[in-house]
Amino acid sequence: MTELNKITHSKQKWESEILKTTLERNPERKPDFSTSSWIPVERVSLPVLLSEEQYMAKLGFPGDYPFTRGVQPTMYRGRFWTMRQYAGFGTAEESNQRYKYLLSQGQTGLSVAFDLPTQIGYDSDDPMSIGEVGKVGVAIDSLKDMEMLFDGIPLDQVSTSMTINAPAAVLLALYIAVAEEQGISNDKIRGTIQNDILKEYIARGTYIFPPEPSLRLVTNIFEYCSKEIPRWNSISISGYHIREAGSTAVQEVAFTLANGIEYINAALQSGLDIDQFAGGLSFFFNAHNDLLEEVAKFRAARRIWAKIIKEKFKAKNPKSMMLRFHTQTGGSTLTAQQPDNNIVRVTIQTLAAVLGGTQSLHTNSRDEAMGLPTEDAVQIALRTQQIVAHESGVTNSVDPLAGSYFVESLTDKIEESVWRYINKIEQLGGMVRAIEAGYIQKEIQNAAYKYQQEVEKNERIIVGVNQFTSKNESMIEILRVDPALRKIQSEKLQKLKAERDNSQVKQLLIKLRDAARDEKVNLMPVILEAVKAYATLGEICGVLRKEFGEYQESVVL
Amino acid sequence: MAKKIRILIAKPGLDGHDRGAKYIARALKDAGYEVIYTGIRQSPQAICKSAIQEDVDFVGLSLLSGAHNELFPEVVSLIRKEGGDNIIIFGGGVIPNDDISYLKKKGIEAIFTPGTPIKDVINFIEANKSRISH
Repeated sequence: MTELNKITHSKQKWESEILKTTLERNPERKPDFSTSSWIPVERVSLPVLLSEEQYMAKLGFPGDYPFTRGVQPTMYRGRFWTMRQYAGFGTAEESNQRYKYLLSQGQTGLSVAFDLPTQIGYDSDDPMSIGEVGKVGVAIDSLKDMEMLFDGIPLDQVSTSMTINAPAAVLLALYIAVAEEQGISNDKIRGTIQNDILKEYIARGTYIFPPEPSLRLVTNIFEYCSKEIPRWNSISISGYHIREAGSTAVQEVAFTLANGIEYINAALQSGLDIDQFAGGLSFFFNAHNDLLEEVAKFRAARRIWAKIIKEKFKAKNPKSMMLRFHTQTGGSTLTAQQPDNNIVRVTIQTLAAVLGGTQSLHTNSRDEAMGLPTEDAVQIALRTQQIVAHESGVTNSVDPLAGSYFVESLTDKIEESVWRYINKIEQLGGMVRAIEAGYIQKEIQNAAYKYQQEVEKNERIIVGVNQFTSKNESMIEILRVDPALRKIQSEKLQKLKAERDNSQVKQLLIKLRDAARDEKVNLMPVILEAVKAYATLGEICGVLRKEFGEYQESVVL
Repeated sequence: MAKKIRILIAKPGLDGHDRGAKYIARALKDAGYEVIYTGIRQSPQAICKSAIQEDVDFVGLSLLSGAHNELFPEVVSLIRKEGGDNIIIFGGGVIPNDDISYLKKKGIEAIFTPGTPIKDVINFIEANKSRISH
């Protein structure tokens, strides 16, 4: 009898001799248990016994293929993850103040939130921007705003993440231009640009152009970064918003990695070599409340990505195979009811991200189900990370949950289900086709609908919402953005247009138009020239809108 | 047989958070109403046009970006201007409590904030359906 058979045999004995009487006396709370993503959970997991060869293939060591146990050999024993709170609202001046505050509180990286007009390539004075200027992030119309945003923040001392997708090339160019003005050379700037357009079609919604020219912009950025700004992550392939839209943990990983495959195919097609850019690909995941499922999810994601890069794309450089990721705690898990409870949820989610080996983390504030967070709420969120880092002890051992019977079996199950989706998407002709067919959106919506129905039927308990409710809800203060902001930004734009060299701007916009028409041209250098001449975001995106057309959502219900 | 109640679920503004809007649309459909969903990033003009053309009885507006105080009242006034006098308009999303009374004054008759059970929305529709002109 093998060791495993012996254990299975002993388990049967335990079931008939001990478990049975307990179940007869005290039945379990429900007939079936599952994770938050409906993966069945056994009562007691059995040991996963591995030979040396199996151990090396499935887990290996941290910092080594397949990176299941982490991308660095020492993980948080070396240094903690980057604590990076996503922030930005109102004008560049206000956001600059918030960044300086966060840095003074021990935050180690910046993460810029742009308002929706900026994210969709409209200037603040565009009629499409009414009501939205400065609301969910900072309004950036031109280099003038960007100079103000980073005023007094030396860009060689911070790493900056920018959540920007359709106009990513423009915002990256603006950042480079500010760094140059500060006298900082390109090889000294560090950060990440989200630049993940596919998930915008799937879940987040700030697309501008159709997939084909959008993918060109994405790969233009890959190429530019690999040559000009080597310490910059050229994309953050994001499952976060897919999960927020209601996907399961498995779908989050599967659709994100399938997006990654699509980007790689586009880059290879444009003539890049896999090892030239794959090391600059980074990821962004969600952390929800089902702690062990989330840890297993992160571990599975690393293992699958390493296999994809090595086996499918034949990369040679181990750095290309490392799935490095940022995490944000789950916004959709926050409740407007009893908002203080959200602090506890965020703590669990922080543990999930850290035990899962994240490289950086944003913790949500307790008041975000109601609006933008106040400074006090953001401070508690940052303190939560600091407490987990310095007090919880979970950072002292690398991948401390490895070898947990349950976590390892869940990691395997998630991996299997993810491969099934990845293969299915490949059969459909890749991610762009799958999105155009509405397949991805439908899968997510079905999961979101099922989840919400369970909440409605009280089959899934949300504390303070459908159980343990209280009559007297505490009123909490939220941050207000000045509604006059659009006017302020519009006046700035008028002044800018009166002061700059308009004939130069006009010339550069024509140059951009011509470049857009020639697929072989990398648009980054042309855009950089235009932003330096104070062409506005809306002007640059306007030219590209005209050349590339606009994406029309296929509404799936 | 009475005509089925027709509901337009619409997303004004620029935010792409459509999980709630899609859930409401599907749940109301399952509850037996005729539901049309606009998709994201619709201008107030486009929403008004759909509401009038589709001859709906209710319009539900969903917004999570904070632009509700500007955009919800704009939709109401356009619909009234275009002759949709009897269309009942409600809203939802991330709406701070302090804004709800202002929006009600502007003709958005109910605001459903996060965590609202679907039965509350259905109760609202049922309580008001006698007001629609059939």
